[in-house]
Amino acid sequence: MEGPFIEPRPPRFAVDRLGERFPGAVLEVAEFRGEITVLVPKEVIVEIARFLRDDPATAFDMLTVVTGVHYLGRDYDFEVLYHLYSVAKNHRLRLKVRLRGNETVDSVTSVWPGANWPEREAYDLVGVRFHGHPDLRRIIMPEDYPHHPLRRDFDVEGGPSEIRPEGRVASPGFRDMESV
Amino acid sequence: MDDARAQPPSMRPVPPETEDALHGDTMVVNMGPSHPSTHGVLRLVLRLDGEVVKAVQPHVGYLHRGMEKIAEGMTYNQFVPYTDRLDYLAPLSNNVAYILAVEKLLAITVPPRARVIRVICCEIARISAHLLWLGTGALDLGAATVFFHTFRERETLYNLIESLTGGRLTTSYTRVGGLSRDLPAGWADRLGEFTRAFPKVLDELDSLLSRNRIWMNRTQGVGRISASDAIAMSLTGPNLRGSGVALDLRKTEPYSGYEAYEFDVPVGREGDAYDRYLVRLEEMRQSVRILDQALGRLPDGAIAVDDPKITLPKKERVLTSMEELIEQFMLVTEGIKGPLGEVYHAIEAPKGELGFYLKSEGDKSPYRLHIRSPSFISLQAVEKMAVGGLLSDLIAVVASLDPVMGEVDR
Repeated sequence: MEGPFIEPRPPRFAVDRLGERFPGAVLEVAEFRGEITVLVPKEVIVEIARFLRDDPATAFDMLTVVTGVHYLGRDYDFEVLYHLYSVAKNHRLRLKVRLRGNETVDSVTSVWPGANWPEREAYDLVGVRFHGHPDLRRIIMPEDYPHHPLRRDFDVEGGPSEIRPEGRVASPGFRDMESV
Repeated sequence: MDDARAQPPSMRPVPPETEDALHGDTMVVNMGPSHPSTHGVLRLVLRLDGEVVKAVQPHVGYLHRGMEKIAEGMTYNQFVPYTDRLDYLAPLSNNVAYILAVEKLLAITVPPRARVIRVICCEIARISAHLLWLGTGALDLGAATVFFHTFRERETLYNLIESLTGGRLTTSYTRVGGLSRDLPAGWADRLGEFTRAFPKVLDELDSLLSRNRIWMNRTQGVGRISASDAIAMSLTGPNLRGSGVALDLRKTEPYSGYEAYEFDVPVGREGDAYDRYLVRLEEMRQSVRILDQALGRLPDGAIAVDDPKITLPKKERVLTSMEELIEQFMLVTEGIKGPLGEVYHAIEAPKGELGFYLKSEGDKSPYRLHIRSPSFISLQAVEKMAVGGLLSDLIAVVASLDPVMGEVDR
């Protein structure tokens, strides 16, 4: 087969199974370059994750990575992407939830322990907060760093005083780990 | 391997009664970020009871350069040099991984010669990364001789990389739609000399360590992780295969034509540091097989797609023809505009699954670029592997996971 990549087998049936098991939970399905992205409500992400992991047909036993994306000027502020992979079935799926402002999403660490550091990274760099995460601390940036640098409105040319402003309230969305 | 397994390691485990007798105050020890065994700037905060590790808290981020943020202001080609600095022991592999993600986004098919050269690049990177891992990993455990053998071979490879790309470390070799330059004259023959000589060196390394009683005692049963735990912790690459899971993206989701090469995927059985060592050692042998096949089938032809909107025109044409001059100007200043959409593409890098997530809003730069780096994910497992073992075993655990902080911190 020609091409720089082999078209993976997109698991369209997984989306159907998800729709049967959780009626109304499949809000949007997009297929692009052989990859399926499913938008689901954030309230049921853990149930959906557990179903997709345990269902023998889908068998998404590995969470590849969690990605946070910040948007400006939309009716949601964040997207959290869960890149799933099935070692047993060799297929991939991307789940997506949307969050607004200070909303939190439930952590999937109880389903895939490997979500621990990726969720910490999404919290640290994008500012998405994961409810029920066992250890939601910053991971890349220093613990007293006040910003979330991967937000689109982050000022990359801020002066040195911007890095650790004294007495300035942290940027919106920042919370100590205790309050999560 | 079986008779080696039959003899239990003499130094472990710590007898429980000893632990009880000594049980008392624990001590917090800070290891790193500047510590020779942490392969960069990994910091581990340890709670020790005597020599027994009671808790580990890894701290990363000391090498953070904000690469994902930087990418948001770059054209797709401009970001290639930054990928050199991810896993800086396998820059060629990172170049290929990133550019394949971009080409997936743009739906570009590169010419056959470029695909074969990319396979060669990936396998050279794998051998040189594994050689460094083997040399420094053995050095961490006190076996200094191995280090000199591996670095001698690595030097040969780095000379090859230098004449191919112009840089030893910062290769920046790939471009959207192809490669930055073709193989220099005689380069394939020099690589052929290496692949003929290298298996003998591997046998030497094998004989230095695989049956070495000290090496076996230091690595067998250390940092053990089961297959199901390894999958749940999202481990990939040799760290996962050491636990017996034959997941190799070159087989499961082949890219750059890997489906046409014959090679085996070695797996371990016990999931300990020794098995991860055996897996990497065998992977170098398999890489030599792939290199030989690639050299045997290297086709002639272009090394980049012939599309003025994607690749730069020939320099002599730019100097003599108005059309090519404009095309070069447009490509350099405007870049390549991506379609609306998002892709994730991963390759089997030396350390595991190296994936790039690209979100394009139709601009010349990615709206969001996320790097799924295998070392970052692997380091999560340190806690699980090291707690309950000895402090000296922690060194073996970290070495066997083969983290590179450049791609952990990004």
